[in-house]
Amino acid sequence: MTYFILKRLVQSVFVMLAVAFLAFALFRFVGDPISQMTGVETAVEDRERLREELGLNDPFVVQFARFTGDLVRGDFGYSYRTRQPIGEMLLSRIPATLELGTVALLISLIVGIPAGIYTALRPRGAITQSILIATLVGVSIPTFVIGIFLIFLFGVYLGWLPTFGRGGTVQIGWWRSSLFTLDGWRALILPAITLGVYQLTLTMRLVRAEMMEVMRTDYIRFAAARGVPWRSLHYRHALGNTMIPVITIIGLQFGGVIAFSIVTESVFQWPGMGLLFLESIRFVDIPVMGVYLVVIAFFFVLINLIVDMLYLAIDPRLRVREAA
Amino acid sequence: MLAAFLRSDFLYLFVRRPMVVAAFAVTLAVVGGAVLAPWIAPTNPYDLASFSLIDGLKPPVWAAGGDPRFLLGTDDQGRDMVSSILYGARLSLVIGVSAMAIASVLGVGLGLAAGYFGGRLDALVMRIADIQLALPAILTALLIDGVSRGILPPSAQQDLRVFVLILAIALSLWVNFARTARASTFVERNREYVQAAIIMGQHPLRIMAVHILPNILGPLLVIMTVDLAAAILLEATLSFLGIGLPASSPSLGTLIRIGMQFLLSGEWWILWMPTAFLVALVVAINVLGDFLRDVFNPRLR
Repeated sequence: MTYFILKRLVQSVFVMLAVAFLAFALFRFVGDPISQMTGVETAVEDRERLREELGLNDPFVVQFARFTGDLVRGDFGYSYRTRQPIGEMLLSRIPATLELGTVALLISLIVGIPAGIYTALRPRGAITQSILIATLVGVSIPTFVIGIFLIFLFGVYLGWLPTFGRGGTVQIGWWRSSLFTLDGWRALILPAITLGVYQLTLTMRLVRAEMMEVMRTDYIRFAAARGVPWRSLHYRHALGNTMIPVITIIGLQFGGVIAFSIVTESVFQWPGMGLLFLESIRFVDIPVMGVYLVVIAFFFVLINLIVDMLYLAIDPRLRVREAA
Repeated sequence: MLAAFLRSDFLYLFVRRPMVVAAFAVTLAVVGGAVLAPWIAPTNPYDLASFSLIDGLKPPVWAAGGDPRFLLGTDDQGRDMVSSILYGARLSLVIGVSAMAIASVLGVGLGLAAGYFGGRLDALVMRIADIQLALPAILTALLIDGVSRGILPPSAQQDLRVFVLILAIALSLWVNFARTARASTFVERNREYVQAAIIMGQHPLRIMAVHILPNILGPLLVIMTVDLAAAILLEATLSFLGIGLPASSPSLGTLIRIGMQFLLSGEWWILWMPTAFLVALVVAINVLGDFLRDVFNPRLR
């Protein structure tokens, strides 16, 4: 078991190194850092001096080692565009994205799992058929159109909810949260639904497929033949085994939530990491793009590690196999 | 060939499902309109002389104040919405189809080779595919776009925009093809007809292209439809985010982004017309994809 965890940790470190290398290559080879930092009127000697000072003449490996060391210590460098430290810029943006993503994920799970179970247990029902058609349409409608539609309906036409920004926020340490005021929740709900809809359809389809798979297995048929009541059969025997993959779903969906939060944040002008990334692409702010990549990869790796640990805790078969 | 097609149950299954027929009709209409845009569109939205500010912000014909010359109204520049949408759909489709074509050639090629040869090549291709699968397509496309902005000289960027977009979308979608092709090739590779071809000493390239490929086309066709929809969506999303096509040559996504500015001011048609068009197109393609999946997967019928 310790071996398993150790192996996963080493793998994660290698993934992070690879991503750091990608970010470094971006920074070093896409455009010239020196010409980004200096103006046209900077003398050639000054440029060379700056190049030497920043260590850009050192061997490639030394530069990469220094870059990685800085990243580990939390020194992310400076943005080309705003000249601010990237660490601070990100830190002020992370809470907004995490809160938005978490609420969206919760919506997708709370609605998606029951819907998936229902449609699996009644595959021919009229409600199931309409839910399935709705998910097909849901997958086809781009995230930004859902956002625009919600803004139009609840923001413009009905005038119930705000259409941009985070609303009232509360500062807790460095974490600016919109979860503690009614105004904040009012601002949060539309972006969260927008972000959650696509994930919701995925959750539902996966849970449904998994549940139908489990219902076909021998032990369920045998339990049914033995006369186990339907209720207990569905919710005790089948559901338990359906839920194991759901943990993986959550891990996988995190990636989707992060990616689509770029779109959602753009539609709602939500001041999160996605908006920062988008601005960095628009203004060719390479260091910010690189650091965004590294931070996202870090979250990915962390979530995957946690998912692996949870598997180990939940599935006794894995523990036995690892012990043997 | 045609007779065999007519005799198969494909046509029967098709006609029996009205939703699929409707989706097919919508797709056909949109593609037809896009291809024929230069001939059927009332005006040319790229030609600055063909529209004037005096005609700006006219609502659709059926609304009060509508002008019979502009079926779906005009935008703030006086451009006819019908023409803008047809030309926009043309661009969206060109980018979507090209990206899908590149992705399928790249993905199927790599998948076939990985499945046929196995071993190290297989491990390498699948490792890359795994990594890319962890990164959502939007993120990959955004990154490629961002890097291209850094590498290309500013003067060339406008001209190469379309190609960068196609490449960015293709490189974020090839994985699906590679995985599907590899999985099917694995199965086919051990079939007797392939073994026979190997024993006869045929060249691996010939075996892959002539013997295996036709037998794995079914599932690939499904992926092609689904990925075409995904490519069109991706292009629309990138253009909507303002890093796709510029306003001077608008795709459907760009039109929606422009329309967003009128969300609060009541000129609803500038936003909702291109949006409805895009959604109808993508829903139709996805319905067709779903239908193909059912046809090629008899187990589900």
